[in-house]
Amino acid sequence: MALLEVRDLRVVFQRKGEVPFTAVDGVDFDVEPGQTVGLVGESGCGKSVTAMSIMGLLPKRGNKVTGSAKFEDTELLTLSDRQMRDRRGRDLAMVFQDPLSSLNPVIPIGLQVTEVLERHRDMSRRKAMVEAADLLDRVGIPDPRRRLDEYPHQLSGGMRQRALIAIALACQPRLLIADEPTTALDVTIQAQILALLAELVRDSGTALIMITHDLGVVAGLCDEVNVLYGGRVVERGGRHDLFQVPRHPYTYGLLQSIPRLDAPKGERLSPIRGSVQDNIPWTSGCAFAPRCPNATDTCVEVTPEMVPDGAGSVRGERLLRCHNPVAQEVPA
Amino acid sequence: MTAPATEPAAPAAHPLIEADDIKVHFPIKRGIVLDRTVGHVYAVDGVDLVVNRGETYGLVGESGCGKSTLGRAMLKLTEPTSGRVLFDGVDLSAMKGEKLRTMRRRMQMVFQDPMSSLDPRQSVESLLVEGMRAHNLDKGKESTGKRLRELLSAVGLPSTALRKYPHEFSGGQRQRIGIARALTVEPDLIVADEPVSALDVSVQAQVINLLEDLQDEFGLTYLVIAHDLAVVRHISDRVGVMYLGGLVEEATSDDLYAEPLHPYTRALLSAVPVPDPVVEDRRERILLAGDLPSPARPPTGCRFHTRCPWKQAEKCDTERPALREITPGHRVACHWAEDIRDGKIRAHEVKPELVEMEWDAPDDASLAGPASVTETLGP
Repeated sequence: MALLEVRDLRVVFQRKGEVPFTAVDGVDFDVEPGQTVGLVGESGCGKSVTAMSIMGLLPKRGNKVTGSAKFEDTELLTLSDRQMRDRRGRDLAMVFQDPLSSLNPVIPIGLQVTEVLERHRDMSRRKAMVEAADLLDRVGIPDPRRRLDEYPHQLSGGMRQRALIAIALACQPRLLIADEPTTALDVTIQAQILALLAELVRDSGTALIMITHDLGVVAGLCDEVNVLYGGRVVERGGRHDLFQVPRHPYTYGLLQSIPRLDAPKGERLSPIRGSVQDNIPWTSGCAFAPRCPNATDTCVEVTPEMVPDGAGSVRGERLLRCHNPVAQEVPA
Repeated sequence: MTAPATEPAAPAAHPLIEADDIKVHFPIKRGIVLDRTVGHVYAVDGVDLVVNRGETYGLVGESGCGKSTLGRAMLKLTEPTSGRVLFDGVDLSAMKGEKLRTMRRRMQMVFQDPMSSLDPRQSVESLLVEGMRAHNLDKGKESTGKRLRELLSAVGLPSTALRKYPHEFSGGQRQRIGIARALTVEPDLIVADEPVSALDVSVQAQVINLLEDLQDEFGLTYLVIAHDLAVVRHISDRVGVMYLGGLVEEATSDDLYAEPLHPYTRALLSAVPVPDPVVEDRRERILLAGDLPSPARPPTGCRFHTRCPWKQAEKCDTERPALREITPGHRVACHWAEDIRDGKIRAHEVKPELVEMEWDAPDDASLAGPASVTETLGP
């Protein structure tokens, strides 16, 4: 059975006197225990809002969340605040993009780690401090004992992100959601953090949802990848299948538009035309149609469904939401 | 534009802008009444750099390495502490006032964040005309209007854009306006500081292609400052890698990526994720230990020795390596570059050193915050 089962998740932001905005428009995906699943897409595709709604972190007012997000047997979307607080940090944890704004600037690092341990694992302060030092050591923070008494501003960006990961993993959650955990960091630090995450996930058997815009990060880390566009998953597959045989014109377009370090130089990039603002609503067709080179009349009239994609399934099942997928030679 | 020397990396390359041992040190001040200087941030610490006419020079490095400060110092937007900048043979360092202002017509800048570098209360037309007026290029309503429409079409915007305001555009379109603004005064050199890093991937490619097209069309010279190595490699003819205020390696972009010689460049290249699972699974990462040391207290000797997996017992921590030419056109600042290349020295494990953040030292509190020192200290 899946650890997390998200079905038809929909988040609509509504402000008085304004047109409602559908940020997440019927997202389905599963996370198996110990699996690393990627949610990839550009800004505004709904990847972060998906994570926030699963964690129950969206503001109480001004939005409507429907659908279902089942964690083991518990429906997360209908939990009360109190029940959610008991779960958050213990069963599910999250790491955010900007470690400086997600750590409390006026509380020492040590207290911020022990807070979780005292709350969820009923440890005494003293015992929790020992455990906290151990945690900081495990995420590769040098001289952890000294760091316990320091404040977030005294740590570098990479060290802050490590501290945040230590807090998230303090109670050995079964699911960790990482929302752009390395975007604010330099490449060499990003490599350190990604290696750390991969190692921790492997050792502890925690499932990981990796939310990122960077296809390179996903390629090295995720077992399964969901590509999001305009609030819906448009393509899903194992990382090898997806990157070698991209079937959705959006995925294909993204891969074509990234300058690659290992590609021969002098090749011109082929960008996707237009921008996200050109989207049409999913209800009247495919949101990507106005930017899509393969678009036909059907694309702006009929909403494509998520269906198994026989041609793209090389190593495992693939799902695709497209009327006119990219014709690809599937390697035998 | 004078000579038709637009052929990139032609054998007889003509330098357009030359930096000669340029240094930018920001004072760290303390105290309200006495205002004493307690130290310096060595943002740029002795860099020689030549950008030839018609080429694209890429400057890469991580945040805090001084790449933006160097770019600004070359345009004299930040006054260098010492060193000389020659623009088309003319020494900028001695220039000021009206002379410098007229000279600035020939060198323009494109900034990272198009939202904050475009005045939200100015229409696109007024944004574009402003520079032309300042340099007496606004010769009459008709000719100016024609010129503006030409520019907009060159950057791929409709002429109806003239009446709109920056907020009415998407990020990519705003960046096009920023580029058009730089082009209004017919510059020779454009310094682009992170021109695409604020944009979505699918839009990045559009702007990169645009920059390439404009270079061909107007014979521009670019100095592109970016942290994204893949982008820099794609658009640059030559690339310089910076670490902690100094240039550690410089080569043509093909050479640099085919055979990086400086240990830092190697680590940097190996850290960039590639969107291909096969490549990702196969390749070996050189993980650097620890963080970038504080530019207020750079390590002695080679700046990189505290994190270098190839560090040797001698020389590295005492003698600062000079940038020397190893193969034609390939300059490296490493004592052991040849030995590392030939495999005579093996990489070893490095224990991360505790990096004391600046604020442990008697320092200015304003330094806390963004990772990049230049961001906070820039005017």
